[in-house]
Amino acid sequence: MKKKTLVNKIHKIYVILLFLFFYAPVAVMVVFSFNTSKANVVWQGFTTKWYSKLMGDSELWKIFGTTILIAVLTTVFATLIGTMGAIGYKKSKSRFAKLITNSVYFPIVIPEIVLAVAMFMIFNTAGISLGVPIIVIGNTTICLPYVYITVKSRLVGMDPSIEEASLDLGADRVYTLFHVTIPQIMPGIISGAFMAFSLSLDELIVTSFLADAGTTTLPMKVYSMMKKGVSPEINALTTIIFAVSILGVAAYLIFDAVKTHQDAKAKHKLVDL
Amino acid sequence: MSKTIVSIMNVEKMYGENHVVKNMNMNIAEGEFLTLLGPSGCGKTTTLRMISGFEMPTAGAIKVQGESVEKKEPYQRDVNTVFQNYALFPNMNVYDNVAYGLKVKKVPKKEIHERVMEALRMVQLEGFEKRRITQMSGGQKQRVAIARAIINRPKVLLLDEPLGALDLKLRKQMQIELKRLQKKLGITFIYVTHDQEEALTMSDRIAIINEGRIEQIDTPVEIYKHPKTKFVANFIGETNLLDAVVLEVNGDTAVIGTEVGKAMVQLDPKDKIAVNDGLAVSVRPEHMKFSKTPVDGFTIKGIVKENIFVGNLIKMMINLNDGTEIRVNRFDASDLSEPGELVYLYWDLPKGVVIKEKELIHTDSVKDIEGGDPDEEE
Amino acid sequence: MKKSEKSKRAKLANLIMQAPLAVWMIAFVLAPFALLAFMSFMTKGPLGIIQYKPTIANYKEMFNPVYATVIKQSLVVAVWTTILTVLMGYPLASFIAKVKAKTSSLLTVLLMLPLWVSGLVVLYSFVILLNSSGVINSFLMSIHLIKEPLELLYNNFAIIVGMIYMFLPFAVLPMYSSIEKLDPGLIEASKDLGAGPVKTFFKVTLPLTSPGIFAAVILTFIPCIGYYMVTDMLGGGTSLMIGNLIYRQFTVSRDWPFGAALSMVLALIIFLMVFIYTKLGGDLDDLGA
Repeated sequence: MKKKTLVNKIHKIYVILLFLFFYAPVAVMVVFSFNTSKANVVWQGFTTKWYSKLMGDSELWKIFGTTILIAVLTTVFATLIGTMGAIGYKKSKSRFAKLITNSVYFPIVIPEIVLAVAMFMIFNTAGISLGVPIIVIGNTTICLPYVYITVKSRLVGMDPSIEEASLDLGADRVYTLFHVTIPQIMPGIISGAFMAFSLSLDELIVTSFLADAGTTTLPMKVYSMMKKGVSPEINALTTIIFAVSILGVAAYLIFDAVKTHQDAKAKHKLVDL
Repeated sequence: MSKTIVSIMNVEKMYGENHVVKNMNMNIAEGEFLTLLGPSGCGKTTTLRMISGFEMPTAGAIKVQGESVEKKEPYQRDVNTVFQNYALFPNMNVYDNVAYGLKVKKVPKKEIHERVMEALRMVQLEGFEKRRITQMSGGQKQRVAIARAIINRPKVLLLDEPLGALDLKLRKQMQIELKRLQKKLGITFIYVTHDQEEALTMSDRIAIINEGRIEQIDTPVEIYKHPKTKFVANFIGETNLLDAVVLEVNGDTAVIGTEVGKAMVQLDPKDKIAVNDGLAVSVRPEHMKFSKTPVDGFTIKGIVKENIFVGNLIKMMINLNDGTEIRVNRFDASDLSEPGELVYLYWDLPKGVVIKEKELIHTDSVKDIEGGDPDEEE
Repeated sequence: MKKSEKSKRAKLANLIMQAPLAVWMIAFVLAPFALLAFMSFMTKGPLGIIQYKPTIANYKEMFNPVYATVIKQSLVVAVWTTILTVLMGYPLASFIAKVKAKTSSLLTVLLMLPLWVSGLVVLYSFVILLNSSGVINSFLMSIHLIKEPLELLYNNFAIIVGMIYMFLPFAVLPMYSSIEKLDPGLIEASKDLGAGPVKTFFKVTLPLTSPGIFAAVILTFIPCIGYYMVTDMLGGGTSLMIGNLIYRQFTVSRDWPFGAALSMVLALIIFLMVFIYTKLGGDLDDLGA
């Protein structure tokens, strides 16, 4: 038994070290958002000037706005289409449906650069001018599979007789969809939407291929600054985004803990008839 | 019998090559408690799902109140279902689950409230309205499912193994409650189960289904006392089956020959049995008797293999010389034969139920009989 | 007589639900891919204008020794990254599978969080960490462990570290899900039958979780080859990978047909890997969640 606890201890230490590896760059990013040096390579001194500069940087806010706009539109389209497709697929067994499903996995399995190149060429060949709408199409294509897969896995876990019960009680398919099916797969839809949003927020390859001269997103900006050093302003902005995300996760955890506690209390009182 | 509410006419169901329901015909009367009983995969649930509209018959017609329902979607049919795993909406509380059918129909709020409360009272769940489904026990969920299904006041209630997930004690209690509820509501119940005891307890009539066919449809007593096929005799309760050929007919009795000896049976004139006809005799273990000395008209001998004491009775296993095992239940511990002893088997003539070979052959499926014996259960 | 298993209306409802996805996939995945295949057989004209003359020159071009080094570099980085990611990720996945459900979802979120927020910006932090006057070198020099700064940046080491950072979280998920699905009874049965923990791991745990491992391999190997930013940022633009090469065909070199041919080859290699994965019993869904 002693050997086992030792193994467990080593395992735990290993995991902690791995998380240190993952959070070291995050810590550096946060720390260097308070660095006086503009070069953003060596620590020189503490300042909050990048945060105040960020507040007044209209160009960066515009880029941020474009990025958010693209991410929001992408999330809406990917979630809507992916969810519908997953619901439709689960119920049909046709060969056509299978073909579609298999092509949904395309964007996951082929490298983004290949997809980016292919889309870039088709829009060019078709004479469609690039820009925000096309970027949204590109990002949606990248994100669709993730929504589709998370929603589908939720649907697979759902008892099909629950939908039948609704039909049986006189509700038509549309009513059933909105009152029974969607509420049940909501966690899947939300996590799919969340994935789509965060993927799109950080998407660079497809976006840079499909962007026109006037469109810049945050990842594109970061990438362009790379050679001469990423401005600490970007660190400041990312730190803010990071802080907001951490708060979001914390809020969710607290909410979840409270709910579980209430459930446990209610269950405690449960008496079988 | 009162008027027919559901009729199933020449219904066939194929899943690709798989023939699950074969030429099914059945009339179900208003207010009747009818059970579809059979082993798993026999087509009973499929039959139920064709009535509720979740499956389409490959051929034939289903009528509810004289009206053909094939063209109707499940939500347009006047039947409601209690599902096997309750199928309650997990995103709604008890009240909203029960109210669902009425909300869909846009019934005024006040009326919904009254009817939900009444339905919950009916299943003894008053005070549980606000509970979430996850906070309910199996038995309570079952009651919610029933309340939800009866609130629409359907003409027919379909129940698909509704008690399957409950433990034995709760199941027995719910059987009685369901039967009472059915009497009170006066609704036709079509109940699917594979549990023969459940079927015998609750039903007005039982339809025994095997491999997509109705073997027999009768009252529980008739089915137990006069099984028409070997399958039914075997499926309902325990029995000893002996295949035989008629050797002599003397008025209303006959002498039959089996592989292990001769025996006598009582004949029903309706069966029109003649010499050389093949038949089977079914004798329940509690009706099978034995004697240490030969009995008039019976020459079936066996060796006692084992006596098993199971509380209120003693189960005896007797081996015939062709290897067949005969089961005898004795309620009296005295006068037993010990293992290894030779005994002669016999029965009171009315207790030996004659199953005519002809009954085994369905007029519509002679073809299947040639291919293989569908009644060979084991 | 009605032959259909389902009512016509139910079928129509399904069709409506599936139509948008179907149209989307045809228009924005299948069609572009068909064009990509077509382009790879076309001829590059002067100034990057495409001449619609079929040729296989683009594929032959790949055997040019200039590109051999690129392909070798790509494979070296991708193979090392994949091996290290799986080796590092598996113990983490088994840890996440071992702890309580609440803790495991928290760990998963924490693992993904840096990438969700901005993989690119966080990745840039490695430049700060690894450069010759960076955090790590300064620290090591200040404790007199080294005299000269180590060359940590702008080489394959930095590229592989960055790649592992970007792909390990994604690779952990399928491994976690296959470890979690493992029936603990099997482990106990193996131990009960006299196998030690090491033998049990190699004879029972590892074979049964191999689909998850293979999914992790795919999830690391595929993006690794195509993800040109890491090479650019941490490799200092000195070494090229296939991803960078493709990128160049559409930016600097303006040679679409060659870029298309490179993309086709890359895609084919990956299809082959995915095909083997599904034949081994892998679930495509594990690649996406």
